[in-house]
This record gives sequence, structure tokens and C-alpha cells, in this order.
Amino acid sequence: MAATGSPRARASSATKGRVRLLVVQALVLSLFVTLFARLWYLQVLGGEAYQAQAAEQSVRELVVQPARGLVVDDLGRPLVANRTSWVVSIDRTLLHKMGQGRQDRLLRRLARAVQVPVRQLRARTLLCGEAGSEAGTCWNGSPYQPVPVAEDVRQQVAISIMERGEHYPSVLVDSQSVRAYPRPFGVNAAHLLGYLSPITADELAEAKARHDTSLRGASVVGRSGLEKEYDRYLRGRPGYQRVAVDSMGRVLGDSGKVRARAGDTLVTSIDARVQSVVEHQLSTTIRTARRTYDPVSHRNYVADSGAVVVLDATDGRVVAMAGSPTYDPKTWVGGITSRQLKRLYSAKARYPLLFRATQGQFAPGSTWKPVMTAGALTHGYSPSTRLDCSSGFQVGNRWFKNYESESYGFIGFDKALQVSCDTFFYRVGYQLWQRYGSDESDVDAKDPLVATAKKFGFGRPTGVDLPGEASGRIADRHWKRAYWKANKAYYCKVATHPGYDFLHVFAREFCAEGYAYRAGDAVNFVIGQGDTLVTPLQSARAYAALANGGTLYEPRVAKAVVDPSGHVVRRIRPAKVGRVKVSRSALHYIDQALLGTARTGTTAWKFMGFPLDRIHIRSKTGSAEVHGKQSTSWVASYDKRYVVLMMVTQAGTGSGTSGPAVRKIWEALYGVRGMKVDTARAALPGATPPSGLPVFARDGEILPPASSRRTPAGHR
Amino acid sequence: MTVTAVRARPTRPARLDATTTRVGAARLDWLLTVAVAGLLAAGSLLVWSATSSRGDLTAGDPEAFLKRHLVNIAIGVVLAVMVTATDHRWVRILAPLVYLASVAGLVLVLVMGSTINGSRSWIQLGGMSVQPAEFAKLAVVIGMALLVAERTEGALSTRKAWSVGSVEVAGMLTIAGVPALLILLQPDLGTMLVLSATVFGVIAVSGAGRAWLLGLFAGAVSVAFLAVRLHVLKTYQIDRFMAFTNPDLDPRGAGYNTTQARIAIGNGGIFGQGLFGGSQTKAGFVPEQHTDFIFTVAGEEFGLVGSGVLIVLLGVVLWRALRIAARADDLFGRVAAAGIACWFGFQAFQNIGMCLGIMPVTGVPLPFVSYGGSSMFATLMALGLLQNIHLRTSHGLGVTRSRLR
Repeated sequence: MAATGSPRARASSATKGRVRLLVVQALVLSLFVTLFARLWYLQVLGGEAYQAQAAEQSVRELVVQPARGLVVDDLGRPLVANRTSWVVSIDRTLLHKMGQGRQDRLLRRLARAVQVPVRQLRARTLLCGEAGSEAGTCWNGSPYQPVPVAEDVRQQVAISIMERGEHYPSVLVDSQSVRAYPRPFGVNAAHLLGYLSPITADELAEAKARHDTSLRGASVVGRSGLEKEYDRYLRGRPGYQRVAVDSMGRVLGDSGKVRARAGDTLVTSIDARVQSVVEHQLSTTIRTARRTYDPVSHRNYVADSGAVVVLDATDGRVVAMAGSPTYDPKTWVGGITSRQLKRLYSAKARYPLLFRATQGQFAPGSTWKPVMTAGALTHGYSPSTRLDCSSGFQVGNRWFKNYESESYGFIGFDKALQVSCDTFFYRVGYQLWQRYGSDESDVDAKDPLVATAKKFGFGRPTGVDLPGEASGRIADRHWKRAYWKANKAYYCKVATHPGYDFLHVFAREFCAEGYAYRAGDAVNFVIGQGDTLVTPLQSARAYAALANGGTLYEPRVAKAVVDPSGHVVRRIRPAKVGRVKVSRSALHYIDQALLGTARTGTTAWKFMGFPLDRIHIRSKTGSAEVHGKQSTSWVASYDKRYVVLMMVTQAGTGSGTSGPAVRKIWEALYGVRGMKVDTARAALPGATPPSGLPVFARDGEILPPASSRRTPAGHR
Repeated sequence: MTVTAVRARPTRPARLDATTTRVGAARLDWLLTVAVAGLLAAGSLLVWSATSSRGDLTAGDPEAFLKRHLVNIAIGVVLAVMVTATDHRWVRILAPLVYLASVAGLVLVLVMGSTINGSRSWIQLGGMSVQPAEFAKLAVVIGMALLVAERTEGALSTRKAWSVGSVEVAGMLTIAGVPALLILLQPDLGTMLVLSATVFGVIAVSGAGRAWLLGLFAGAVSVAFLAVRLHVLKTYQIDRFMAFTNPDLDPRGAGYNTTQARIAIGNGGIFGQGLFGGSQTKAGFVPEQHTDFIFTVAGEEFGLVGSGVLIVLLGVVLWRALRIAARADDLFGRVAAAGIACWFGFQAFQNIGMCLGIMPVTGVPLPFVSYGGSSMFATLMALGLLQNIHLRTSHGLGVTRSRLR
């Protein structure tokens, strides 16, 4: 500033100061107005959003997981129960407030107590993303939540840690309820029961969208079997405790509580005793088969999988059902390791998660013939029909052999079923094909045998209350054309290459006329070979229809849902799908014919010395041939009450391999000892499935149904 | 001392002349006193509420902080009364001592200070921690005012026209620069910002040329620009500074603070959750809530209405301070009062703005409200000085040669 001596200059400095004071005043005013505006914006406009955020972080909901419902058998014996599992957790916030030395000492002490390496403990307490953390071991939950470092700790250890809290600062011990498998009579039933695993983020989001409060972040969800099918009953409703927490996540006080509601009990029609017999017989059969030499393939049987189904033929309920290979459901409790999981999904272990009884699809072989007989008897054939059971049958340029090239001369359907004559049925199939469908390319040609197979429920899921059921497949004209359409591009390409080996010849043939439904297809179809596939349960259900006079049921494993106080929430009855449209006389004829199998037919040698005059077992065997593999052994049998069906893949003939096991199962069902039938010794009291439900006593005990109580409780 | 006013206000001297001999409490600026008392009372309640449920801080005594806060206020009020009652001549004699003492304090901090929240700003003195930077603000204001006053009065005494020229501005910058540098070394960015704004305000009110103001402003901007470009500031420091615009820049530090502060204030709504009723306050979500983030307690527990009153009270303090500056008879009084107003004003805006998420998160207390002895003493002494200036103006006594009206 020019320091001139004029008064004007002096005045200017002073005035400037005053003007600037005014400017400062204006500035201050505007700043404070800004503050007001911002305050308004935060508290009035954004108030609700911030209040929601405030509530979210200052109130935490501690979910109280309900005890999951039990799964019990027909007499109330628990197949799936719960047990307490002790979990040791570390509060990270408190841990990190300790000095390094104290932290080390604490972790070493804890590691000794729970028998987990110190390094693992430390790795677990690191947040994912934190320095030194490793994917897989790090904690990916909330940083304010205690980190579980040891699960399923022995109760003794858990209590000793709790009692000496001063030695274990920042360590929490908590109990949680996990699945337990009491295994009455040593049953496994893994496929039936299913398993649980923690809810996924997607499922949780979906549940939230549905306003389903029964699922929470800590919930476990049924993944297969009954656990999945009846998850919404079994899971119960989580309670929650709303607590005010501070910025460190420490609980300041309660602000509300809703009690958890335990899950409902699922009563099944499975009988643990029968189930245990069935499982035992299946594994014994497989073990025996693996020790047995197969003269066809010149090596021992592989016997890689198998299934047994025991149905109540009168109402379609499942009494027992087993599949092999199986797994231990305990593996899933408290989290499965990735190695165990890999094994369960591996080809080497033969996919033990796959339930062969409902998810396995196999060529039915000769167990298919009774259904074909029913079809034939309603389409022009009669009990008096006589056809040649020759040692072979020529169709076009192919010679179809009878089993072991045997010949029985002219016989009726009854004998053909009993001795399982292939050439007899070839003739039936060939004649029907000639009559209705000799136009190979006519997709809509009439095929009475296919129609009958469909009526017996093949080619679609049975609707059993187990998830993931397979539909099977009827290899009819439609299927064949669809298959050809789907694959012709590949084969037609192969066909253009030179070569005269099997693949090339087949490719050329398939490319040109793969759609054609030939006599050979019809002939294969009628004896259950070729591309037709069934599940053991489908087959068992079809036999149940033969047993009960033609009613086809949707089989049911579950019988009822009962709430924790013993009230029946829902009764579950097998639905009737419909009646098989086969005349009563035809069914009776088949019934009588199959009765002969055990006396003089293919199973006779396995049922010697069995009281067949008291227990009227109808049966049919099958040895389904699978290209490149050993044959599949089938035995389907039934009386007026039960259906017992067994199959083992790559295990030889029907009766030879599965016959003894099927007989043992029948013996257990009726309490057979030698030639004596003692229903008091039967697996099921009175040898009939109980009609009522188990009784749920006030003290939580589950008693057998009143209808079954006359037998001693010794079997429990 | 002779009156050398160029233009005198006609009514004022007449009224003042009648009361020239009375030095009385009646002449205190009562509005200012009441506003400050209101702030002190509100501050006590807020500090109490912010700490009563924080067992980790209070070690079991919910009133521990309230008690200490009240003691601080008591000491501060005594200091304020002492400053008010001190003869203005003594004020000017003591001013250099205050300045030197606070510079010495700042040096001591760097030598033997303790580090809290990343800056070395505290000296532990027998169980008490002193923050010399708080006193430095007052010292710089007095020092600069004194320099301007001495220079111009010297000029007048030699019958030369007075003016704030380059020499004066350079002198003021030197006075401000020494403590500023020491504060920057701590580093205490918040105090530095407040000090800069205050110095700028003082230089502006002292009447320095527009070129100087523009130059200073441009200089500050380029220094900030260079500090960023030449990586004098680390990326994380910039992120921390800018976290109020985007909390993700420093999610565990300043970003967390600013998010939590907004949640707490937003949670208050229009009427607030009531004293001791703030869930966020009780649960301790906002860090440093009894000191730098005390306004969030007001926001949550008193709501828009209560915290609005708090802002109004601060506004009244500033209004009175600026009024005292405008009416001051001498250059020292005007510059000092205006400087104090700039200090209070900017610090209050910085503090509340930080709580509201429109200013960077820096550690500056809210004048008269935040917990903390040094700040309380310094601001109350400044209040005392304001009253002192006011008293002298209204007395009509001791009209100095630098009287301007």
C-alpha cells in the first residue's frame, strides 16, 4: 500500500477494515446458514434413512435356532434326532485388546484344550482380506461376531473351558443343536433321510423376498431326501433375541425376544427293523456277488450298485427302501470337508449320493414281462394262447436267442412268465408290431404294449415324496425319433469317413434310418431290453398294482407331520394315480402265473423249504443285459400285502444273485423260521404295517401306535 | 494520549463521556456472556451424555468427565474474568509473553509431547494433558493485533500516515508463521486450517491491500496444490482428508467417523432422542464423541431444534465479537476482536461441518462446548479479551492514538 500522507489514504485503510468486517460478517452468516441447511438435510430429509441405519447397527438380532424336527419310523423310533454340539469361539475384538504375549499364551492354552494346532486357531481368527489371512481358513463373517474356532468339542472340554473363564479371556463356549442319527437296528437310510447344509446367500435372499421368517442366515436347509422334501415342517421357526449392542458388538441389553419354535416331527412309514434287514441283505448280496465268478465275462461280478424297495402293496406306502452305494449321513453334520464332498461326487466311489431306488434308471429285463403280458391279454391274446418257446427267433437278418438257448415248445403266458421265455415274448412283440406298426417311420402307429407300460406308470416319475426322482424311459417310436434327431448330426458326420468297423457301420445305418422303429426294436422292448429304462421304485409300484388289483399309487415315505406337542398337523396319504385298465381276469391270470415262479419257475431253487402255502409269494426274475457290462440281477416279488423288489447291477442272474436276499426279506416280514410262520416274530407287529400313528407322550417320549402295542416292546 | 479520530460518531462519545469513570460489570456485553453461558451449559450436558455410558472411558464413574469438564469451565471462567479485569495496557504488555509462552509450548510438544490419534499435540503435565496449539491460536491473534497496533501507532506518533503495508503484513505472517510451522510439524492439520483462516481474517480486517489478500489466497492454494502433486502428503493422508466426500476412501478411519457422525445426527430427527436417549451415543458408535464430535450428541439427542439452538448461540457469540470489533476504539482491539471472531467462526464451522459431513475430518474442538481443558481455557481467555475490549470501548477511557472513529 502506498503510504501517502493524505487523509484520504488514511481513511481508506480504516474504511477498508470496516468494509472487510462487514464482509466477514456476511461470510459468517452464510457459513452458518449452510450449516443449518445441511442439518435440515440430514435430520429431516435423510432422517428416516439414517434412523434405519442407526437401528440396524445398534440393535443386533441374535437368532435362536430352533431344534429341527425328528424323523421317526412307523413305530416312533427316531431315525433322525438332534444332539448338542459344543462350539468354541473367539471374540476378535476382545482378543485384539490383549497384548501380543497374552494373545499367544491364550491361543496356545486353547489349542491344547481343544486339540487344534495353534497355527490353525490363529489363521481362523484373521479376517479374510486382512494381512496374512488365507482363503479357506480365514473368517468371512462379521468382524464383530465371535469366530468359531473349534466345533463339536467334547462336552467335558467345553465345560472345563467355561468353568475356567478367567484362563480363557475372549473365549466363548456355546452349544448348538445338530443332527444325530440314532440308527435303530443299525439302519443307515441315508438316501431316504437326506442331509442338511447351510443356507446359501441366494436362498436367503429368496426367502427374504417371500417374507419367510423361518429361514435365517444361520439356518441349515435340507438338501436331499425327507430333509429336503419336508424341510418347511422340519425346520421350525427361529426365535430371535434383539439386543442393543455398542460399537464393539458387545451386548448392552435386551430389547425383545421371540421364542424359537421347534420343528415338527415327521412320521414315516419306514420300519426301522425291515429297513435294517433290507440294507443288510443288499450289502450282503453285493459282497457275495463280488466274490462270485461270472462265467460270461470271465471275472468276478462288479456288483457296483443296487437297490431294494419294500412297498405296502395295499396303499402304496414305502416300508423300506435302500440303495447302494450309500454314505454316512453324519459326514454332513457340522460342515462337510471338501475331501469328503469330493468323494461323494466321485465316479470312483460310484456316486454314493445317487439313490438307486428312485434315481437310478436301469433296463428292467424280464421283470418287464408281466406288464407286457397284461398288455397282450388286453390286445387280442388270451390265457389259452399258445406260442412256441423256441431256442431262437429270427427277426429280419437277426437271430434273437432264448436265454441259454433253451426250448420249451408251445406254452401259454403262465409258463412263459415262470420260465421267463424270451422267444415266446418275441413272438408276441413281433406279431403286434406287424399288426399295428410295420410302417417303421410312422411315429403315431398304435403300440398296445407301450400304452400298457405307460398305464403301469413307466416313463414318468412315480411322484414319491423324495426329491430328484428320475422318470425312467419308454423307448417307443417318439423317443426313437427324438433320439435320432438329436444325434444324427454327429453320426452322419462319422458316416462320411471311410471305415468298416462297428462304429462306422453303425453310424451309416443310424444316419440313414435311425428313426425307424423296427421289428427288432419291438422285440427288444417286449422283454425289457434295448433303450427302455425304469427305476426300481417304478417297477415296485407296477407290481403293487398287480398285487392290489390294478390301483397305481404315488408312493409315500412320510405318513404324517406331528407338531412338538403331539398334534397331528397333516396326514400324508399316498395319492391314487389311477387304475390300470386291465381286466380283473387278466390280472388274476398273471397273479396266478407268477405264483408258480416260486414253486416251479425261476425262483423255485431259491424258495425251497419256504412256507409258500402260507405266504403266497408271486415273483418274477430278470437278468437285464447292458451293452459292455455284466447283466443286472432283478427279482420282483409280492403277495397281497407287500412288494419286495431287489436289483443289483453287474451281478448276474435275477434269482441267482438276488433270490436269497429276497427270501430273507420275506422271512423277516413274516417271521418265518424254517417252515413255520410266526407273525409274533415278524419285523412288523402282526406282519402288517401299523395303521395308526405313534403316540406322542407329554414327556416327549414317542410310543408305538396303539394298534401295534400288543407285541412286546423288546424290538425297540 | 490524544484523540485522533478522523470521523467520530456523534452520539457515542456523549453517552460514553457520562460513564467514563465507571469500570463495572454492568458494562459487560451481556448478550455475549449469556450466549457463552448457554454454550457452556449445553456443552456440559452433552459431555455428560456422551461419556456417562462409556465404561471404557470413565472407568466406572459415569460423571467423571462431567466433573472434570466443570472444573475446566471453572478454571476457564476465572481466567476469563482475570483477562477481562486486566488493564488494557497490561494486556498489551503481557501479549508478547503469552505468545512466547505458547511458542515455547509448541516446541516442547515436539520434544516431549505424546502422540494421540496420529499427531503429537499434547504435553503431559502432572496428570493433565495440555495442548499448546489451542493457546497458540489466541497468541497469534494477540501477537498480530499488537504488531499492527504498535506499527501504526508508532507511525502516527511520528505524524506519518499509518497504513498496513508490506512490512506489517510480513511481520504478521512471521508472527503467525512460527507457531504455524510448529503445528504443521505435529502434524495438526485441523488447527493449521483454523489458524490459516484466522490469520487471513486478521490481515484482511487490519486493512492490508487487496493485492496482499489475493496473493495470500493464491499462495495458499498453490502450496496445497504442490503438497499434493509433489507427494509431500501421502495418498492415505489425502484420502483421509477427502473421506468426508466418500467414506470409502478411508473406511476404517475418517470415513468411519464421518459415516457414524451422519448416522447419529440423522437419527436425531427434528426433536431428537432426548438427553441420554441417543442409541448411537450410548453405544459409542461415534469416535471422539465428547471432544471433536460433540455436535453429534446434540444432533442425536436434541435433534434439529436443539442443535439449531446451539448453532444460533454460536452465531450470537460471533455477532457480538464482530460488533465489538466494529466498535473498538483502537486498532489493537479491532484486530484482536475480529481475529477472535474469525477463529471462533471458522473453528465452529469446521467442527460442525465435519460432523455434518461437509468438511474434512480434522481434530478441532467446538468452542465452549467440546470437552478439553486447553481449548476451554483458550476460548474463555479469548472471551475475556473480547469483554476487555468491549469494556474499554464502552468506558470511553483510554482512547488511544490509534482510535479510528
